[in-house]
Amino acid sequence: MSTAVVERPLYNPVNYLNVKHTLKSWLLTTDHKRIALLYLGSITMLFFVGGFAAMLMRLNLLEPAGAIVHPETYNKLFTMHGIVMVWFFLIPSIPTTLGNFLIPIMVGARDLAFPKLNLLSWYIFIFGSAFTLYALVSGGVDTGWTFYTPLSSLYVTTHVMAAAAGVFITGFSSILTGLNFIVTVHKMRAPGMTWFRLPLFVWSMYATSVIFVLATPVLAITLLLIGLERGLHVGIFDPALGGDPILFQHLFWFYSHPAVYIMILPGMGVVSELVAAFSRKRVFGYKAIGFSSMAIALFGFFVWGHHMFVSGQSVYAGMVFSALSFAVAIPSAIKVFNWTATLYKGSISFDAPMLYALGFIGLFTIGGLTGLFLAALSVDVHVHDTYFVIAHFHYIMVGGAVMAYLGGIHFWWPKITGKLYPDVWARLAAVIIFVGFNLTFFPQYLLGYLGMPRRYAMYPAEFQMLNVMSTAGASILGLGYLLPLVYLIWSLRYGPDAGPNPFLATGLEWEETQSPPTTHNFEEIPVVTQDAYAYENMGIPNV
Amino acid sequence: MSDTVAFPGAGNPHAGNRNPALQEQFEHIEQQRDASNFGIWIFLATEILFFGGLFTTYIVYRMIYFPGFVSGSHLLERHLGALMTFVLLGSSFTMALAVHSIRLGKRKLVVLFLILTILLGVAFLGVKFTEYYGKWNEHLVPGIDFHPSANDLQGATPQSVELFLCFYFFMTGLHALHMIVGIGLLAVMALLTWYGKITAEHYNRIEVSGLYWHFVDIIWIYLFPLLYLITGNRH
Repeated sequence: MSTAVVERPLYNPVNYLNVKHTLKSWLLTTDHKRIALLYLGSITMLFFVGGFAAMLMRLNLLEPAGAIVHPETYNKLFTMHGIVMVWFFLIPSIPTTLGNFLIPIMVGARDLAFPKLNLLSWYIFIFGSAFTLYALVSGGVDTGWTFYTPLSSLYVTTHVMAAAAGVFITGFSSILTGLNFIVTVHKMRAPGMTWFRLPLFVWSMYATSVIFVLATPVLAITLLLIGLERGLHVGIFDPALGGDPILFQHLFWFYSHPAVYIMILPGMGVVSELVAAFSRKRVFGYKAIGFSSMAIALFGFFVWGHHMFVSGQSVYAGMVFSALSFAVAIPSAIKVFNWTATLYKGSISFDAPMLYALGFIGLFTIGGLTGLFLAALSVDVHVHDTYFVIAHFHYIMVGGAVMAYLGGIHFWWPKITGKLYPDVWARLAAVIIFVGFNLTFFPQYLLGYLGMPRRYAMYPAEFQMLNVMSTAGASILGLGYLLPLVYLIWSLRYGPDAGPNPFLATGLEWEETQSPPTTHNFEEIPVVTQDAYAYENMGIPNV
Repeated sequence: MSDTVAFPGAGNPHAGNRNPALQEQFEHIEQQRDASNFGIWIFLATEILFFGGLFTTYIVYRMIYFPGFVSGSHLLERHLGALMTFVLLGSSFTMALAVHSIRLGKRKLVVLFLILTILLGVAFLGVKFTEYYGKWNEHLVPGIDFHPSANDLQGATPQSVELFLCFYFFMTGLHALHMIVGIGLLAVMALLTWYGKITAEHYNRIEVSGLYWHFVDIIWIYLFPLLYLITGNRH
């Protein structure tokens, strides 16, 4: 993309990072880039909290009788792992960090449409996490992340209300972020930045934002109803008092299934950028990828019943939900085929971000295809609530979303910080994560198929071999996640300067801003004259 | 943000002649107005989904416990519901007049209409809490003090009538909470207009507040028939 010819200084020593150094200038900033970093710090911390819980679970499962914790503690561990990872890491991960940082720059704006609202979203997020962490340290919650009633509303004596309040509050942070992104994409695009010149990352974030604003309020009201039932002992969801527990599941999954797409769609956006940049080609089927994001967001609202095939939902409803769930595979497959076609005859280089992107494509495909097993009514009866389900959604969430998140963080790290990280270490970490991930979760497919149920602290002795493999994999995976933390922080001080566009990538963030960008991103709002991904004009980087 | 960039002219949106009401992320005032209007519409969409979950739950239980919900809705006083509806529609009218007046730049008129809107809103809440107080005296507060007479139940189970009243309190309470937020918002707008912070060139904060206020009215327009009017064919 090129702009009208404007003479401008090549490099401004004052950027968004060093413009002010006080704590106040960070905590009261309205700069979308600084807010992105506030989120990055917060969710990284929460990721390791959730990961710690997972590590203890895996260690416990080394032995059939449970190696280290009491079964009740185990219940609390998987609940905290689920709550923290879903609501405090995966859902905010790419949108609040890369989305916040990149969307205004990618559309050619100085900031999001509502910068103060953006800062407010972060404070709401922190406030919500505080509630949830309080629930964690004051004794834990043991309902599972799904808060199923009547267990959560009546029987459990743990800190359900604090945890639910944390999730409720954090929901408003998601809603405000989504609202901000939608308005920004509609109203803040630079001259010449038409809808079909937007990078695919922006399309995927737009689709994600639609889910944020339409699904999250339903979760909010559902959690309020749980609170009402717990507080007043009236039968909203408790069958003993005349309530309907299936209705809770309907309402919960009406949010939580679309929320799965909140977690994966941003990753798909990142991968579209990475595949184009590291095969030096235009993305194959730009419009197909853009529209398939919107299709996933739309279909995502009509498949929630596939979580309830064995819950007592009507069989006919189950058949409809099953068919619709199969339909979601179509836009997902369109993306995978288009990425693969983009690679065809490309000048592929295996930089660290590309390794994550390729890992994403492979693991997402496995996770997606096993999702079809689960969407089939009869097969689901066999594998429902087993480790097969666990393995399936970890292939999507960890193999997909987390891989894409790390790929994106690596790809835009030079832009965000102005520093290059050591690529050898980064490639090594990507490979370790890939190996560790597969060793952790592939055995879980086998365990699930053999009938090991999820959420148990103990298991029959014949499952020990596969469980030990899984725990060994988790240790490798944990090491893989710690590595980037070390070398990325190292690069802040010792990394060489990146220059504006170290990967010779296309996009306003690479071509029109310096690294790190100035507070208002552009000296002049650029005028866009080209489609995204005009890699034929970019040459090949000599690294 | 007051951070200024030391480099000459670099990315500083304050360079040149800018409208002081124009926030730094925007290029021109129409863009700013469009963005806030669009933003409030999206916010209202989230509110529809928020109340939508509650309406869905209400309708499901109305189908399951039809006799209880019929008896329950007979416990509500229709004339008070109708009175509240008229009061609230009146407040929407004065709100619309306030938005119209700010476009014409008639600041004092705007303040007058905003105060009228607030007063009507307070009147609505007054009637609402009178109604709540009545239920308290009749021992019809679910979960806290629920002792219905046989005449209250009209043959339905106490549990189902309690569930109806639970929805009644929760739905109207959540609506009342939105009214209280709206009244606070309009009070701030009245003050800002009085002190000349909102002008005809930059009136969208009044417009946005108006949209919120109308939305809260519309929620009531659905609540009123759902709770008070569709009482079934028992009689």
